[in-house]
Amino acid sequence: MIVSKWLNRKNVFGLLAAILFYAVIQGSILTDILPPFYKLNLILICIYIILATSLNLINGITGQFSIGHAGFMAIGAYLSAIITAKLHGPLALGLLVGALVAAAVGFLVGLPTLRLKGDYLAIATLGVGEVVRIVFLNTEYVGGAAGFTLSSKINWSWSFWLMVLSVVIMHNLINSTHGRACISVRENEIAAEAMGINTTKYKVLAFTFGAFFAGLAGGIYANYMYIIQPMTFSFLKSFDILVMVVLGGLGSLTGSIFGAIFMTVISALLASFPEWRMVITALLLVVMMVFRPTGLMGTKEFSLNFLRKKGERNAA
Amino acid sequence: MGHILQQFSQQAVNGLSLGSIYALIALGYTMVYGIVKLINFAHGDVMMVGAYLGWIATTQLHWSFLPALFFAMVVSAILGMLIERIAYKPLRNASRIAALITAIGVSLFLEYGGMLLVTAQVQTYPPVFPETVYNVAGIMFKYGDVVMLVTSVVLMFLLHFTVQYTKVGKSMRAVSFDKDAALLMGVNVNNTISATFAIGSALAGAAGVLMGVYFNTIDPLMGIIPGLKAFVAAVLGGIGIIPGAMVGGLVLGLTEAFVSGLGASTWRDAVAFLILILVLIIKPTGLFGKNVREKV
Repeated sequence: MIVSKWLNRKNVFGLLAAILFYAVIQGSILTDILPPFYKLNLILICIYIILATSLNLINGITGQFSIGHAGFMAIGAYLSAIITAKLHGPLALGLLVGALVAAAVGFLVGLPTLRLKGDYLAIATLGVGEVVRIVFLNTEYVGGAAGFTLSSKINWSWSFWLMVLSVVIMHNLINSTHGRACISVRENEIAAEAMGINTTKYKVLAFTFGAFFAGLAGGIYANYMYIIQPMTFSFLKSFDILVMVVLGGLGSLTGSIFGAIFMTVISALLASFPEWRMVITALLLVVMMVFRPTGLMGTKEFSLNFLRKKGERNAA
Repeated sequence: MGHILQQFSQQAVNGLSLGSIYALIALGYTMVYGIVKLINFAHGDVMMVGAYLGWIATTQLHWSFLPALFFAMVVSAILGMLIERIAYKPLRNASRIAALITAIGVSLFLEYGGMLLVTAQVQTYPPVFPETVYNVAGIMFKYGDVVMLVTSVVLMFLLHFTVQYTKVGKSMRAVSFDKDAALLMGVNVNNTISATFAIGSALAGAAGVLMGVYFNTIDPLMGIIPGLKAFVAAVLGGIGIIPGAMVGGLVLGLTEAFVSGLGASTWRDAVAFLILILVLIIKPTGLFGKNVREKV
């Protein structure tokens, strides 16, 4: 019964598309057709998709405003790197521990700070992100400002399937009871509270989940990039992720995916002019906010629903 | 014991001169927040522009300190007004988050646009002041420290006078109290907001010149950290409250100086942010703020 519920045309088609895309890329990597620069950017796209969708969970779906996402990414990156490089643990364990610790920190930080609203929350999260970075900067065990090197264990398969898994989990979370509660907090916190929704609980829940996936993305990043340095995780990184989310539309997962792909491609194209990249990012933000503050997708999702049979579509 | 006391006073002097710069920047933050409820993220970058203007005036045009300071203040004021008209005004009725994102965009634009204009290279400020050091009971006062403190105090007094006793100041207070009511009473809200941005940015420009003189080096990203710290100072004193920003700036400067004095200078930035988080959690309205009840 449960199997047949999930085995509809939409899900099967989505899975097949993912497998096909994965196989084409994997094939061209194995046969050395794909230049390394493209491979790097494909993996970066996967990392940024996880980061952008997880930030969207906090900023778009739950309507809070966090600009300290790079801090959680840093926690995941450093913790997983310590496990894989210093303690010689398996990669999966490193990624999991990194993500869990990031989630735990997110929970501890979220509990008091999520009482704040709007701008105050933004600044508090920015402060948390910077404090995390400064702690790593001052920890000799992980190399201080110079950072430390590790071997690259992540390949295309790892990053692609972890990305798919993360997006599926977040998509299902948003469409569950808990996700609906989070959306109600975004739409009107006071009304949600009056309807008996524990708003603090759902804000902290979204924050913790967001931190978990940011930690996971950080772990993938660290184990792919050979080297991690505290400067990588400054708040400019948080802004980069924020731009992706805002561009795609606060509240739209597919929008964030699009934003992550778009911004990564732009930075790849402008790799030799880093200043221009930032100027364009900045202008994009301002123009976007002035002319289309909801982002490209708004809160709408791109979906494969049109593939469903008529009866199924009505049931969903 | 005498040695410790001397060390303590020395750090207090350093802290006060640094804190007075933070206070100048924090004033701009607080004024803008008070009037349009927007965290002007670009404020620290206006300070950076001010520092560059002062640098151009002193090295390329060979002006002395005061004309350079004045030049930086005027041009920064114009820049501040332009930013408000182009980027923030269209969003005055949009959500606060949209305005905040725009401010972040403007900030990035000034930083990296500035980098395109003047390159990322660090520039050195010329020695504007004589290297005189006054020794008062074992505590060293640099000539620059004294000028900096005096300049900041004079500017703060000017600001206080403007806000309390002039027509512009009166309309600024009216608009920050209730924008619609002020409009009905015949206050030109747009001009008042422009004036607020101009005054705040002029103070930031002045702070930029002082910053350049204090640290000797300037670069296009120099505004980020002082900008954030000045924001911490503004929150600490109670955002939107002008005396609060002054006190907050001085407290933050002193705290940083003492943390550095204890030999933990790499933790300086973390301490500032920890103060911010603690203030936000314990008393989000700041030292001088009053609690406002939320009405449904």
